Amino acid sequence: MSFWDITLFLLKGFRISCLIFIVTLVIGIPLGMPIAICSMSRFKPLKAVSKVIVWIVRGVPLMLQIFIIFYVPGLVFNYQLFGSIDKYLLLNYGIEDSGRILAVLIAFALNYACYFSEIYRGGIESISKGQYEAGQVLGMTKGQIFFRVVLLQVVKRIVPPMSNEIITLIKDTALANCIMVAEIIKQANTLAATKALIWPLFYAGAFYLIFVGLLTVLLGMAEKKLSYFEN
Amino acid sequence: MAFFELHGVKKSFAHTEVLKGIDVTLDKGKTLAIIGSSGSGKTTLLRCVNFLETPDEGRMYLDGRLLFDAAEKQSLSEKEIREKRLHFGMVFQNFNLFPQYTAFENLCLAPKLLAKERSDFKQNKKAIFGEIEEKARGLLGKVGLAEKGDSYPYQLSGGQQQRVAIARALAMSPDILCFDEPTSALDPELTVEVLNVLRSLARDNMTMIIVTHEMAFASEVADRVLFMDNGYVDFDGDSSVAFGPDCPSRRLREFVGSIEK
Repeated sequence: MSFWDITLFLLKGFRISCLIFIVTLVIGIPLGMPIAICSMSRFKPLKAVSKVIVWIVRGVPLMLQIFIIFYVPGLVFNYQLFGSIDKYLLLNYGIEDSGRILAVLIAFALNYACYFSEIYRGGIESISKGQYEAGQVLGMTKGQIFFRVVLLQVVKRIVPPMSNEIITLIKDTALANCIMVAEIIKQANTLAATKALIWPLFYAGAFYLIFVGLLTVLLGMAEKKLSYFEN
Repeated sequence: MAFFELHGVKKSFAHTEVLKGIDVTLDKGKTLAIIGSSGSGKTTLLRCVNFLETPDEGRMYLDGRLLFDAAEKQSLSEKEIREKRLHFGMVFQNFNLFPQYTAFENLCLAPKLLAKERSDFKQNKKAIFGEIEEKARGLLGKVGLAEKGDSYPYQLSGGQQQRVAIARALAMSPDILCFDEPTSALDPELTVEVLNVLRSLARDNMTMIIVTHEMAFASEVADRVLFMDNGYVDFDGDSSVAFGPDCPSRRLREFVGSIEK
């Protein structure tokens, strides 16, 4: 296999890593908000349910969550949901691993939404009561206070911890490996196992490094953009 | 009936009664100083006036009409409270400016949001916003910060921030402006510039309620003094009497004496 062939082979896997990364963010970032709101709710049962969900999701390894989501439909309800999707899309459209990837996406989106929700909660709770009261005495509505006064301050405060999670996320995508999704590390491993090549493993690492480098620059720009004020 | 009156205001927090039946009267254009030791209920009283706390008992009258009656507090909607609140302005101890807006934007934000509720807003948007901005510029000039409109709060000193906060409260044209220890978070030299703004407001006959520990200032600017002690009003009268040698309240004489030392 030429260098070019191996690059394409790894890229095929990295496409899936990126897919997991993007879908997790697109679903997880908004989904974290209602979870955070429930966690701060004054309605005790809602708060309790949300706290328990966050506790479980953050308390159990993501790999285990992927296994559970993937196997539960087949082993508990005797219907191989993800396997059927796999087969259907493969036979009709030639798309590989779609059911497995779906299972991974569900696990990732839920897992990261819970982590994000805690970051949101911390950010919202860090805003001083005085900001709300200042808005109130100026006759602003609750909605106006949240969207015009509090929100941007929260965003500024959560950018650094969110950056951390987002950088962790791209590396976590390798966990899809556990249910045989052919992401980049699985691809590299295949080369090591079948062609006795070690360097594609390092090459795969370079993909991550470049990706994380780009992310760091982008997130740093976001942080810079919000540095015009201090709170 | 006086311009502003509070009748029998009581407020408890978790079984601790902080206000034990407070009466206040204040004429239009006058300044009331509320003094007293920490924990005497001064701030809570001011927060009740601004609807940041809801009294358990008592009534509030403004300009001859009943503004608030604790007996009917359950039926008040958020919108109604918002409208009642607009009669009062509030300046906080630690300013509470909005950090992501410039001084000028801090002044304009709430008036502009409020203007959107006007029925003629759509037709006259430009004129209404122009008016608000002109007023904001005037107010910044009034507090001596005409040049600082484009500064963000973190770029201003504490005294400047507090003056912006005063201008921001004035931008809503309140009937009564309340101050909760406006100089407590400031160095002595910065205190002076804030007190000067308060002096000029008093000269312009702004109706004000000031919770303060600055006794010299209170005796100079206030027309009336309310001395609170342990949730009660211990003394309520002219400031010349309050700080004079013939003050009828022994506790107030002691309090003033202990602070001046």
